[in-house]
Amino acid sequence: MVSAATSRLEGVRGGSIDPGTVTVVLFLLGGAVFLLIGCLRSTTFAQLTIEGLAIGSVYGSLALALVLVYRATHVINFAQGELAMFTTYIAWDLMQHGLSYWPAFAATLAIAFALGTVLQVTLIRPVQHRSVIAVVIVTVGLFILIDGVVNWIWGGDFKLMKSPFGLGSFDVGGVPIRHLYVGMMVVVFVSVVLVWALFRFTKLGLGMRAAALRPDAAALVGVRVDSMLAIGWGLAAVLGAVAGLMAEPTQLFLTPVLMQQILVYAFAAAVLGGLESPAGALVGGLTIGVSLNLIVGYVPEKYVGSNLQLPLAFAVLLVILLVKPSGLFGRREVRRV
Amino acid sequence: MTALLELEDVEARYGPVHVLHGISLAVEEGSIVTVLGPNGAGKTTTLRAISGTVRRSGSIRFGGNALKRLGPDGVARLGIAHVPEGRGTFSELTVWENLRLGGYTRRGSIRPELERVFSYFPFLSERRRQQAGTLSGGEQQMLALARAFVLRPRLLLLDEPSLGLAPVLVAELFRIVRELNEKEGLTVLVVEQNAHLALQAADAGYVLEAGHVVLSGSSEELRADDSVRRSYLGY
Repeated sequence: MVSAATSRLEGVRGGSIDPGTVTVVLFLLGGAVFLLIGCLRSTTFAQLTIEGLAIGSVYGSLALALVLVYRATHVINFAQGELAMFTTYIAWDLMQHGLSYWPAFAATLAIAFALGTVLQVTLIRPVQHRSVIAVVIVTVGLFILIDGVVNWIWGGDFKLMKSPFGLGSFDVGGVPIRHLYVGMMVVVFVSVVLVWALFRFTKLGLGMRAAALRPDAAALVGVRVDSMLAIGWGLAAVLGAVAGLMAEPTQLFLTPVLMQQILVYAFAAAVLGGLESPAGALVGGLTIGVSLNLIVGYVPEKYVGSNLQLPLAFAVLLVILLVKPSGLFGRREVRRV
Repeated sequence: MTALLELEDVEARYGPVHVLHGISLAVEEGSIVTVLGPNGAGKTTTLRAISGTVRRSGSIRFGGNALKRLGPDGVARLGIAHVPEGRGTFSELTVWENLRLGGYTRRGSIRPELERVFSYFPFLSERRRQQAGTLSGGEQQMLALARAFVLRPRLLLLDEPSLGLAPVLVAELFRIVRELNEKEGLTVLVVEQNAHLALQAADAGYVLEAGHVVLSGSSEELRADDSVRRSYLGY
Protein backbone atom coordinates (compact mmCIF):
# COMPACT_ATOMS: atom_id res chain seq x y z
CA MET A 1 0.00 0.00 0.00
CA VAL A 2 2.71 2.39 1.09
CA SER A 3 5.08 1.43 -1.73
CA ALA A 4 2.31 1.83 -4.30
CA ALA A 5 1.64 5.30 -3.00
CA THR A 6 5.31 6.24 -3.10
CA SER A 7 5.87 5.00 -6.62
CA ARG A 8 2.87 7.04 -7.73
CA LEU A 9 4.29 10.11 -6.08
CA GLU A 10 7.60 9.54 -7.79
CA GLY A 11 5.73 9.34 -11.06
CA VAL A 12 4.56 12.88 -10.50
CA ARG A 13 7.78 14.17 -9.04
CA GLY A 14 10.58 12.48 -10.92
CA GLY A 15 8.95 12.14 -14.32
CA SER A 16 8.92 8.32 -14.42
CA ILE A 17 5.62 7.27 -15.94
CA ASP A 18 3.03 5.00 -14.46
CA PRO A 19 2.49 1.72 -16.42
CA GLY A 20 -1.27 2.25 -16.77
CA THR A 21 -0.69 5.48 -18.65
CA VAL A 22 1.82 3.77 -20.93
CA THR A 23 -0.71 1.07 -21.81
CA VAL A 24 -3.38 3.63 -22.61
CA VAL A 25 -1.04 5.76 -24.72
CA LEU A 26 0.23 2.68 -26.60
CA PHE A 27 -3.36 1.56 -27.16
CA LEU A 28 -4.32 4.95 -28.58
CA LEU A 29 -1.16 5.20 -30.68
CA GLY A 30 -1.79 1.72 -32.05
CA GLY A 31 -5.33 2.74 -32.95
CA ALA A 32 -4.09 5.89 -34.69
CA VAL A 33 -1.48 3.95 -36.69
CA PHE A 34 -4.12 1.37 -37.69
CA LEU A 35 -6.45 4.16 -38.88
CA LEU A 36 -3.67 5.92 -40.76
CA ILE A 37 -2.57 2.77 -42.64
CA GLY A 38 -6.19 1.91 -43.37
CA CYS A 39 -6.88 5.39 -44.73
CA LEU A 40 -3.84 5.27 -47.02
CA ARG A 41 -4.81 1.89 -48.44
CA SER A 42 -8.54 2.27 -48.96
CA THR A 43 -10.77 5.17 -49.95
CA THR A 44 -13.80 3.60 -48.30
CA PHE A 45 -11.90 3.11 -45.08
CA ALA A 46 -10.73 6.73 -45.15
CA GLN A 47 -14.27 7.99 -45.70
CA LEU A 48 -15.67 5.84 -42.92
CA THR A 49 -12.90 7.03 -40.60
CA ILE A 50 -13.47 10.72 -41.31
CA GLU A 51 -17.22 10.32 -40.93
CA GLY A 52 -16.64 8.42 -37.68
CA LEU A 53 -14.32 11.11 -36.35
CA ALA A 54 -16.85 13.84 -37.18
CA ILE A 55 -19.71 12.01 -35.47
CA GLY A 56 -17.33 11.05 -32.68
CA SER A 57 -16.51 14.70 -32.06
CA VAL A 58 -20.24 15.27 -31.49
CA TYR A 59 -20.28 12.38 -29.01
CA GLY A 60 -17.17 13.84 -27.41
CA SER A 61 -18.71 17.28 -27.06
CA LEU A 62 -21.82 15.91 -25.34
CA ALA A 63 -19.65 13.58 -23.25
CA LEU A 64 -17.62 16.58 -22.15
CA ALA A 65 -20.84 18.29 -21.06
CA LEU A 66 -21.66 15.20 -18.98
CA VAL A 67 -18.17 15.22 -17.47
CA LEU A 68 -18.40 18.92 -16.52
CA VAL A 69 -21.63 18.32 -14.63
CA TYR A 70 -20.33 15.09 -13.14
CA ARG A 71 -17.19 16.73 -11.80
CA ALA A 72 -19.16 19.54 -10.21
CA THR A 73 -22.13 17.62 -8.81
CA HIS A 74 -21.09 13.94 -9.02
CA VAL A 75 -24.25 13.20 -10.91
CA ILE A 76 -24.93 12.21 -14.52
CA ASN A 77 -27.27 14.74 -16.08
CA PHE A 78 -29.68 12.47 -17.93
CA ALA A 79 -31.33 15.53 -19.48
CA GLN A 80 -28.11 16.73 -21.15
CA GLY A 81 -29.09 15.28 -24.53
CA GLU A 82 -32.65 16.60 -24.43
CA LEU A 83 -31.33 20.00 -23.41
CA ALA A 84 -29.11 19.91 -26.51
CA MET A 85 -32.10 18.94 -28.65
CA PHE A 86 -34.15 21.78 -27.14
CA THR A 87 -31.47 24.35 -27.98
CA THR A 88 -31.24 22.96 -31.52
CA TYR A 89 -34.97 23.67 -31.89
CA ILE A 90 -34.32 27.19 -30.63
CA ALA A 91 -31.71 27.62 -33.37
CA TRP A 92 -34.20 26.31 -35.93
CA ASP A 93 -36.82 28.76 -34.66
CA LEU A 94 -34.38 31.68 -34.81
CA MET A 95 -33.62 30.78 -38.43
CA GLN A 96 -37.36 30.64 -39.17
CA HIS A 97 -37.45 34.22 -37.92
CA GLY A 98 -34.92 35.26 -40.53
CA LEU A 99 -31.56 34.88 -38.81
CA SER A 100 -28.87 33.28 -40.93
CA TYR A 101 -27.03 30.22 -39.66
CA TRP A 102 -24.05 31.56 -37.73
CA PRO A 103 -25.79 34.44 -35.93
CA ALA A 104 -28.48 31.95 -34.93
CA PHE A 105 -25.70 29.57 -33.81
CA ALA A 106 -24.13 32.25 -31.58
CA ALA A 107 -27.48 33.34 -30.16
CA THR A 108 -28.35 29.73 -29.41
CA LEU A 109 -25.15 29.21 -27.44
CA ALA A 110 -25.94 32.30 -25.36
CA ILE A 111 -29.49 31.07 -24.74
CA ALA A 112 -28.15 27.61 -23.86
CA PHE A 113 -25.82 29.13 -21.27
CA ALA A 114 -28.67 31.07 -19.67
CA LEU A 115 -30.92 28.00 -19.77
CA GLY A 116 -28.34 25.73 -18.13
CA THR A 117 -27.68 28.26 -15.40
CA VAL A 118 -31.35 28.85 -14.67
CA LEU A 119 -32.11 25.12 -14.57
CA GLN A 120 -29.32 24.55 -12.06
CA VAL A 121 -30.53 27.37 -9.83
CA THR A 122 -34.24 26.51 -9.98
CA LEU A 123 -34.29 22.71 -10.15
CA ILE A 124 -30.95 21.27 -9.05
CA ARG A 125 -29.87 23.60 -6.24
CA PRO A 126 -32.91 22.93 -4.04
CA VAL A 127 -32.25 19.16 -4.01
CA GLN A 128 -28.48 19.18 -4.34
CA HIS A 129 -27.72 18.77 -0.66
CA ARG A 130 -30.28 16.02 -0.14
CA SER A 131 -28.78 13.08 -2.01
CA VAL A 132 -27.30 12.01 -5.30
CA ILE A 133 -30.38 10.00 -6.15
CA ALA A 134 -32.62 13.05 -5.67
CA VAL A 135 -30.60 14.99 -8.25
CA VAL A 136 -30.65 12.02 -10.63
CA ILE A 137 -34.42 11.83 -10.35
CA VAL A 138 -34.70 15.54 -11.09
CA THR A 139 -32.57 15.18 -14.23
CA VAL A 140 -34.69 12.24 -15.40
CA GLY A 141 -37.79 14.36 -14.80
CA LEU A 142 -36.15 17.18 -16.71
CA PHE A 143 -35.58 14.78 -19.63
CA ILE A 144 -39.32 14.06 -19.81
CA LEU A 145 -40.26 17.69 -19.21
CA ILE A 146 -38.09 19.02 -22.04
CA ASP A 147 -39.40 16.34 -24.37
CA GLY A 148 -42.94 17.42 -23.54
CA VAL A 149 -42.18 21.11 -23.89
CA VAL A 150 -40.57 20.65 -27.32
CA ASN A 151 -43.51 18.61 -28.58
CA TRP A 152 -45.88 21.19 -27.17
CA ILE A 153 -44.13 24.23 -28.70
CA TRP A 154 -42.94 22.87 -32.03
CA GLY A 155 -44.84 19.61 -32.50
CA GLY A 156 -43.33 16.21 -33.28
CA ASP A 157 -43.30 16.58 -37.07
CA PHE A 158 -40.08 16.74 -39.08
CA LYS A 159 -38.39 20.11 -39.43
CA LEU A 160 -35.95 20.96 -42.20
CA MET A 161 -32.92 22.90 -41.12
CA LYS A 162 -30.36 24.67 -43.28
CA SER A 163 -27.02 22.95 -43.48
CA PRO A 164 -24.20 25.16 -42.24
CA PHE A 165 -21.53 23.70 -44.51
CA GLY A 166 -23.42 22.93 -47.72
CA LEU A 167 -23.24 19.66 -49.61
CA GLY A 168 -19.82 20.05 -51.21
CA SER A 169 -16.73 18.03 -50.50
CA PHE A 170 -12.98 18.38 -50.53
CA ASP A 171 -10.77 16.09 -52.54
CA VAL A 172 -7.83 14.90 -50.46
CA GLY A 173 -5.60 12.58 -52.49
CA GLY A 174 -8.56 11.10 -54.34
CA VAL A 175 -10.67 10.70 -51.20
CA PRO A 176 -13.79 12.87 -51.19
CA ILE A 177 -14.36 14.37 -47.75
CA ARG A 178 -17.59 16.24 -47.12
CA HIS A 179 -17.31 19.86 -45.99
CA LEU A 180 -19.81 18.97 -43.31
CA TYR A 181 -17.49 16.50 -41.57
CA VAL A 182 -14.55 18.87 -41.56
CA GLY A 183 -16.83 21.68 -40.34
CA MET A 184 -18.22 19.53 -37.50
CA MET A 185 -14.74 18.67 -36.29
CA VAL A 186 -13.53 22.26 -36.48
CA VAL A 187 -16.53 23.70 -34.62
CA VAL A 188 -16.34 21.10 -31.85
CA PHE A 189 -12.58 21.49 -31.59
CA VAL A 190 -12.79 25.28 -31.29
CA SER A 191 -15.55 25.14 -28.65
CA VAL A 192 -13.68 22.57 -26.61
CA VAL A 193 -10.44 24.55 -26.74
CA LEU A 194 -12.29 27.70 -25.62
CA VAL A 195 -13.90 25.91 -22.69
CA TRP A 196 -10.58 24.30 -21.77
CA ALA A 197 -8.82 27.68 -21.86
CA LEU A 198 -11.51 29.17 -19.67
CA PHE A 199 -10.94 26.48 -17.05
CA ARG A 200 -7.19 26.47 -17.36
CA PHE A 201 -6.25 30.14 -17.63
CA THR A 202 -8.92 32.31 -16.04
CA LYS A 203 -9.67 33.14 -12.44
CA LEU A 204 -13.29 32.11 -13.01
CA GLY A 205 -12.09 28.74 -14.30
CA LEU A 206 -9.85 28.26 -11.28
CA GLY A 207 -12.76 29.09 -8.97
CA MET A 208 -14.94 26.57 -10.81
CA ARG A 209 -12.32 23.85 -10.51
CA ALA A 210 -11.85 24.61 -6.81
CA ALA A 211 -15.60 24.56 -6.21
CA ALA A 212 -15.89 21.19 -7.94
CA LEU A 213 -12.92 19.64 -6.12
CA ARG A 214 -13.56 20.84 -2.57
CA PRO A 215 -16.64 23.04 -2.16
CA ASP A 216 -16.05 23.61 1.56
CA ALA A 217 -12.45 24.72 1.15
CA ALA A 218 -13.35 26.81 -1.91
CA ALA A 219 -15.96 28.73 0.09
CA LEU A 220 -13.36 29.47 2.78
CA VAL A 221 -11.18 31.33 0.25
CA GLY A 222 -14.18 33.33 -0.91
CA VAL A 223 -15.33 31.36 -3.98
CA ARG A 224 -19.10 31.61 -4.45
CA VAL A 225 -19.58 27.89 -4.81
CA ASP A 226 -23.26 27.98 -5.78
CA SER A 227 -22.62 30.46 -8.59
CA MET A 228 -19.72 28.35 -9.85
CA LEU A 229 -21.92 25.25 -10.05
CA ALA A 230 -24.59 27.22 -11.94
CA ILE A 231 -22.00 28.52 -14.41
CA GLY A 232 -20.73 24.95 -14.81
CA TRP A 233 -24.22 23.85 -15.83
CA GLY A 234 -24.38 26.79 -18.23
CA LEU A 235 -21.11 25.78 -19.90
CA ALA A 236 -22.24 22.16 -20.11
CA ALA A 237 -25.43 23.33 -21.82
CA VAL A 238 -23.33 25.33 -24.30
CA LEU A 239 -21.24 22.27 -25.18
CA GLY A 240 -24.46 20.28 -25.49
CA ALA A 241 -25.89 22.92 -27.84
CA VAL A 242 -22.76 22.66 -29.99
CA ALA A 243 -23.24 18.87 -30.07
CA GLY A 244 -26.92 19.23 -31.00
CA LEU A 245 -26.29 21.79 -33.74
CA MET A 246 -23.48 19.71 -35.21
CA ALA A 247 -25.44 16.46 -34.96
CA GLU A 248 -28.49 17.85 -36.73
CA PRO A 249 -26.97 18.02 -40.26
CA THR A 250 -26.08 14.31 -40.06
CA GLN A 251 -29.81 13.57 -39.81
CA LEU A 252 -32.32 14.12 -42.59
CA PHE A 253 -34.70 16.10 -40.40
CA LEU A 254 -34.82 17.72 -37.01
CA THR A 255 -37.02 15.67 -34.68
CA PRO A 256 -37.42 15.54 -30.90
CA VAL A 257 -35.48 12.25 -30.77
CA LEU A 258 -32.38 13.91 -32.27
CA MET A 259 -30.12 13.35 -29.25
CA GLN A 260 -31.56 10.24 -27.63
CA GLN A 261 -29.21 7.75 -29.30
CA ILE A 262 -26.34 10.21 -29.24
CA LEU A 263 -26.74 10.53 -25.47
CA VAL A 264 -26.10 6.79 -25.11
CA TYR A 265 -22.92 7.09 -27.22
CA ALA A 266 -21.89 10.08 -25.13
CA PHE A 267 -22.42 8.06 -21.93
CA ALA A 268 -20.23 5.33 -23.35
CA ALA A 269 -17.63 7.92 -24.38
CA ALA A 270 -17.62 9.60 -20.97
CA VAL A 271 -17.30 6.27 -19.14
CA LEU A 272 -14.59 5.10 -21.55
CA GLY A 273 -12.69 8.28 -20.78
CA GLY A 274 -13.06 7.82 -17.04
CA LEU A 275 -16.02 10.15 -16.26
CA GLU A 276 -13.80 12.65 -14.46
CA SER A 277 -11.50 13.42 -17.35
CA PRO A 278 -12.37 16.07 -19.96
CA ALA A 279 -9.64 14.82 -22.31
CA GLY A 280 -10.88 11.29 -21.76
CA ALA A 281 -14.41 12.29 -22.79
CA LEU A 282 -13.13 13.63 -26.11
CA VAL A 283 -10.85 10.68 -26.82
CA GLY A 284 -13.69 8.39 -25.79
CA GLY A 285 -16.10 10.15 -28.16
CA LEU A 286 -13.72 9.91 -31.11
CA THR A 287 -12.89 6.27 -30.33
CA ILE A 288 -16.52 5.26 -30.15
CA GLY A 289 -17.47 7.30 -33.24
CA VAL A 290 -14.74 5.77 -35.39
CA SER A 291 -14.97 2.19 -34.18
CA LEU A 292 -18.76 1.99 -34.49
CA ASN A 293 -18.64 3.53 -37.95
CA LEU A 294 -15.97 1.09 -39.12
CA ILE A 295 -17.75 -1.90 -37.60
CA VAL A 296 -21.05 -0.98 -39.22
CA GLY A 297 -19.26 -0.21 -42.50
CA TYR A 298 -17.30 -3.44 -42.74
CA VAL A 299 -19.09 -6.18 -40.85
CA PRO A 300 -21.80 -7.66 -43.11
CA GLU A 301 -25.30 -6.44 -42.42
CA LYS A 302 -26.50 -9.86 -41.24
CA TYR A 303 -24.06 -9.79 -38.28
CA VAL A 304 -24.03 -6.16 -37.18
CA GLY A 305 -26.56 -4.03 -39.00
CA SER A 306 -26.77 -0.31 -38.31
CA ASN A 307 -29.62 -1.26 -35.99
CA LEU A 308 -27.13 -2.94 -33.73
CA GLN A 309 -25.01 0.17 -33.25
CA LEU A 310 -26.86 1.16 -30.11
CA PRO A 311 -26.60 -2.27 -28.41
CA LEU A 312 -22.90 -2.16 -29.27
CA ALA A 313 -22.57 1.12 -27.38
CA PHE A 314 -24.26 -0.51 -24.40
CA ALA A 315 -21.86 -3.43 -24.70
CA VAL A 316 -18.93 -1.00 -24.60
CA LEU A 317 -20.42 0.63 -21.48
CA LEU A 318 -20.89 -2.72 -19.80
CA VAL A 319 -17.41 -3.99 -20.62
CA ILE A 320 -15.70 -0.84 -19.35
CA LEU A 321 -17.71 -0.81 -16.15
CA LEU A 322 -16.88 -4.46 -15.54
CA VAL A 323 -13.24 -4.52 -16.62
CA LYS A 324 -11.86 -1.05 -15.93
CA PRO A 325 -14.37 1.18 -14.14
CA SER A 326 -11.89 4.07 -13.98
CA GLY A 327 -11.80 4.17 -17.79
CA LEU A 328 -8.82 5.11 -19.94
CA PHE A 329 -8.02 8.38 -18.18
CA GLY A 330 -9.53 7.67 -14.77
CA ARG A 331 -8.02 9.89 -12.12
CA ARG A 332 -5.82 8.31 -9.53
CA GLU A 333 -5.95 10.25 -6.34
CA VAL A 334 -2.61 11.62 -5.25
CA ARG A 335 -3.05 12.56 -1.65
CA ARG A 336 -0.89 12.62 1.40
CA VAL A 337 -2.51 12.61 4.77
CA MET B 1 -9.46 50.13 22.32
CA THR B 2 -12.20 48.06 20.72
CA ALA B 3 -11.36 44.58 19.58
CA LEU B 4 -11.10 43.58 15.92
CA LEU B 5 -13.16 40.47 16.56
CA GLU B 6 -15.77 40.14 19.27
CA LEU B 7 -17.87 37.09 20.03
CA GLU B 8 -20.70 37.48 22.49
CA ASP B 9 -22.74 34.60 23.75
CA VAL B 10 -22.19 32.56 20.60
CA GLU B 11 -23.94 29.22 20.37
CA ALA B 12 -23.55 26.57 17.70
CA ARG B 13 -24.92 23.13 17.05
CA TYR B 14 -24.51 20.28 14.59
CA GLY B 15 -28.06 19.00 14.20
CA PRO B 16 -29.21 18.00 17.68
CA VAL B 17 -25.70 18.22 19.17
CA HIS B 18 -25.17 21.47 21.03
CA VAL B 19 -21.46 22.28 20.87
CA LEU B 20 -21.04 25.91 21.91
CA HIS B 21 -23.01 27.12 24.93
CA GLY B 22 -22.50 30.86 24.76
CA ILE B 23 -18.88 31.65 24.00
CA SER B 24 -17.61 35.20 24.48
CA LEU B 25 -14.15 36.21 23.40
CA ALA B 26 -12.29 39.16 21.91
CA VAL B 27 -9.26 39.47 19.66
CA GLU B 28 -7.39 42.79 19.63
CA GLU B 29 -6.01 44.06 16.35
CA GLY B 30 -2.39 43.01 15.86
CA SER B 31 -2.42 40.30 18.52
CA ILE B 32 -2.14 36.54 18.53
CA VAL B 33 -4.82 34.84 20.57
CA THR B 34 -4.97 31.13 21.22
CA VAL B 35 -7.86 28.86 22.12
CA LEU B 36 -6.95 25.85 24.26
CA GLY B 37 -9.00 22.99 25.55
CA PRO B 38 -9.50 19.23 25.45
CA ASN B 39 -10.91 17.34 22.48
CA GLY B 40 -14.58 18.10 21.91
CA ALA B 41 -14.50 21.35 23.86
CA GLY B 42 -15.65 23.29 20.80
CA LYS B 43 -12.37 24.88 19.68
CA THR B 44 -12.76 24.03 16.02
CA THR B 45 -16.44 24.89 16.14
CA THR B 46 -15.58 28.34 17.49
CA LEU B 47 -13.51 29.01 14.37
CA ARG B 48 -16.22 27.52 12.18
CA ALA B 49 -18.81 29.77 13.81
CA ILE B 50 -16.69 32.79 12.88
CA SER B 51 -16.14 31.74 9.27
CA GLY B 52 -19.77 30.74 8.86
CA THR B 53 -19.30 27.04 8.14
CA VAL B 54 -21.61 26.03 10.96
CA ARG B 55 -25.00 27.40 12.02
CA ARG B 56 -24.54 29.85 14.86
CA SER B 57 -26.46 32.32 16.98
CA GLY B 58 -25.36 35.14 19.22
CA SER B 59 -23.32 38.15 18.18
CA ILE B 60 -20.13 37.99 16.13
CA ARG B 61 -18.71 41.38 15.22
CA PHE B 62 -15.68 41.91 13.03
CA GLY B 63 -14.32 45.45 12.61
CA GLY B 64 -17.81 46.85 13.14
CA ASN B 65 -19.59 44.37 10.82
CA ALA B 66 -21.98 41.74 12.07
CA LEU B 67 -20.99 38.37 10.59
CA LYS B 68 -24.13 36.55 11.57
CA ARG B 69 -25.87 36.57 8.22
CA LEU B 70 -22.78 35.89 6.08
CA GLY B 71 -21.82 32.56 4.56
CA PRO B 72 -18.18 31.44 4.35
CA ASP B 73 -17.50 33.24 1.06
CA GLY B 74 -18.90 36.50 2.46
CA VAL B 75 -16.74 36.20 5.58
CA ALA B 76 -13.68 35.57 3.41
CA ARG B 77 -14.52 38.69 1.42
CA LEU B 78 -14.35 40.75 4.63
CA GLY B 79 -10.72 39.69 5.03
CA ILE B 80 -10.91 36.68 7.33
CA ALA B 81 -8.76 33.77 6.18
CA HIS B 82 -9.57 30.39 7.71
CA VAL B 83 -7.01 27.59 7.49
CA PRO B 84 -9.17 24.64 8.54
CA GLU B 85 -8.09 21.48 10.28
CA GLY B 86 -6.67 19.23 7.58
CA ARG B 87 -5.37 22.38 5.85
CA GLY B 88 -7.92 22.78 3.07
CA THR B 89 -5.29 22.68 0.34
CA PHE B 90 -6.44 21.57 -3.09
CA SER B 91 -4.19 18.58 -3.60
CA GLU B 92 -5.17 18.17 -7.27
CA LEU B 93 -4.19 21.76 -8.12
CA THR B 94 -0.69 23.12 -8.42
CA VAL B 95 1.02 25.14 -5.70
CA TRP B 96 0.62 28.27 -7.81
CA GLU B 97 -3.11 27.64 -8.34
CA ASN B 98 -3.55 27.13 -4.59
CA LEU B 99 -1.88 30.47 -3.91
CA ARG B 100 -3.92 32.10 -6.67
CA LEU B 101 -7.07 30.84 -4.93
CA GLY B 102 -5.89 32.44 -1.71
CA GLY B 103 -6.14 35.81 -3.44
CA TYR B 104 -9.42 34.91 -5.10
CA THR B 105 -11.37 37.78 -3.56
CA ARG B 106 -8.71 40.38 -4.32
CA ARG B 107 -9.16 42.51 -7.40
CA GLY B 108 -6.33 43.19 -9.81
CA SER B 109 -2.92 41.57 -9.92
CA ILE B 110 -1.77 39.52 -6.95
CA ARG B 111 1.84 39.37 -8.16
CA PRO B 112 3.12 41.71 -5.41
CA GLU B 113 1.32 39.62 -2.79
CA LEU B 114 2.83 36.45 -4.18
CA GLU B 115 6.32 37.94 -4.16
CA ARG B 116 5.82 38.91 -0.54
CA VAL B 117 4.55 35.43 0.33
CA PHE B 118 7.52 33.83 -1.45
CA SER B 119 9.85 35.91 0.70
CA TYR B 120 8.46 34.13 3.77
CA PHE B 121 8.11 30.73 2.09
CA PRO B 122 10.94 30.55 -0.48
CA PHE B 123 10.48 26.82 -1.18
CA LEU B 124 7.00 27.50 -2.60
CA SER B 125 8.48 29.61 -5.37
CA GLU B 126 10.58 26.70 -6.62
CA ARG B 127 7.66 24.33 -6.38
CA ARG B 128 5.01 26.52 -7.93
CA ARG B 129 4.27 24.11 -10.79
CA GLN B 130 4.09 21.05 -8.57
CA GLN B 131 0.80 19.41 -7.63
CA ALA B 132 0.02 20.39 -4.04
CA GLY B 133 -0.87 16.80 -3.12
CA THR B 134 2.72 15.74 -3.72
CA LEU B 135 4.11 18.08 -1.06
CA SER B 136 4.94 16.64 2.35
CA GLY B 137 2.56 17.25 5.24
CA GLY B 138 4.69 20.07 6.61
CA GLU B 139 5.03 21.70 3.20
CA GLN B 140 1.26 21.48 2.74
CA GLN B 141 0.71 23.20 6.08
CA MET B 142 3.11 25.95 5.00
CA LEU B 143 1.24 26.19 1.71
CA ALA B 144 -2.06 26.51 3.56
CA LEU B 145 -0.61 29.32 5.67
CA ALA B 146 0.91 31.00 2.62
CA ARG B 147 -2.38 30.71 0.73
CA ALA B 148 -4.25 32.34 3.59
CA PHE B 149 -1.68 35.11 3.68
CA VAL B 150 -2.08 35.95 -0.05
CA LEU B 151 -5.46 37.36 0.91
CA ARG B 152 -3.62 39.86 3.14
CA PRO B 153 -6.20 38.97 5.76
CA ARG B 154 -7.15 41.26 8.60
CA LEU B 155 -7.67 38.15 10.68
CA LEU B 156 -6.18 34.68 10.28
CA LEU B 157 -8.00 31.70 11.79
CA LEU B 158 -5.62 28.76 12.26
CA ASP B 159 -6.99 25.37 13.25
CA GLU B 160 -4.54 22.87 14.76
CA PRO B 161 -1.59 23.82 12.56
CA SER B 162 0.66 21.35 14.39
CA LEU B 163 -1.52 18.33 13.66
CA GLY B 164 0.56 15.50 12.23
CA LEU B 165 3.73 17.55 11.87
CA ALA B 166 7.20 16.83 13.21
CA PRO B 167 8.09 19.04 16.22
CA VAL B 168 10.80 20.90 14.30
CA LEU B 169 8.27 21.85 11.61
CA VAL B 170 5.75 22.94 14.21
CA ALA B 171 8.32 25.26 15.76
CA GLU B 172 9.18 26.63 12.31
CA LEU B 173 5.49 27.18 11.59
CA PHE B 174 4.93 29.14 14.79
CA ARG B 175 8.09 31.13 14.14
CA ILE B 176 6.66 32.22 10.76
CA VAL B 177 3.27 33.05 12.29
CA ARG B 178 5.02 35.17 14.92
CA GLU B 179 7.10 36.86 12.20
CA LEU B 180 4.02 37.66 10.11
CA ASN B 181 2.43 39.08 13.23
CA GLU B 182 5.37 41.29 14.10
CA LYS B 183 6.36 42.46 10.61
CA GLU B 184 2.98 42.61 8.89
CA GLY B 185 0.71 43.25 11.84
CA LEU B 186 -1.27 40.08 11.14
CA THR B 187 -3.95 39.31 13.71
CA VAL B 188 -4.24 35.60 14.48
CA LEU B 189 -6.72 33.40 16.31
CA VAL B 190 -5.17 29.96 16.66
CA VAL B 191 -6.61 26.74 18.01
CA GLU B 192 -3.87 24.45 19.21
CA GLN B 193 -3.33 21.18 21.08
CA ASN B 194 0.27 22.04 21.81
CA ALA B 195 -0.46 24.52 24.60
CA HIS B 196 3.19 25.04 25.36
CA LEU B 197 4.01 26.38 21.90
CA ALA B 198 0.70 28.20 21.52
CA LEU B 199 1.15 30.14 24.79
CA GLN B 200 4.72 30.99 23.80
CA ALA B 201 3.57 32.54 20.53
CA ALA B 202 0.32 34.09 21.73
CA ASP B 203 -0.37 37.32 23.61
CA ALA B 204 -3.56 36.04 25.19
CA GLY B 205 -5.57 32.87 25.44
CA TYR B 206 -8.91 31.31 26.23
CA VAL B 207 -9.52 27.87 27.68
CA LEU B 208 -12.66 26.10 26.51
CA GLU B 209 -14.28 23.17 28.21
CA ALA B 210 -17.50 21.54 27.04
CA GLY B 211 -18.57 24.56 25.04
CA HIS B 212 -17.90 27.17 27.75
CA VAL B 213 -15.02 29.57 28.28
CA VAL B 214 -13.65 28.45 31.66
CA LEU B 215 -10.60 30.65 31.79
CA SER B 216 -9.06 33.55 29.93
CA GLY B 217 -6.19 35.93 30.30
CA SER B 218 -2.80 36.95 28.98
CA SER B 219 -0.35 34.21 28.07
CA GLU B 220 1.70 34.86 31.24
CA GLU B 221 -1.38 34.59 33.42
CA LEU B 222 -2.43 31.34 31.77
CA ARG B 223 1.06 29.88 31.99
CA ALA B 224 1.07 30.68 35.69
CA ASP B 225 -2.36 29.18 36.29
CA ASP B 226 -2.24 25.89 38.16
CA SER B 227 -5.06 24.17 36.31
CA VAL B 228 -3.64 25.14 32.91
CA ARG B 229 -0.23 23.91 33.98
CA ARG B 230 -1.55 20.57 35.11
CA SER B 231 -4.00 19.97 32.23
CA TYR B 232 -2.23 21.43 29.24
CA LEU B 233 1.41 22.06 30.01
CA GLY B 234 1.98 18.89 31.96
CA TYR B 235 4.14 19.99 34.86
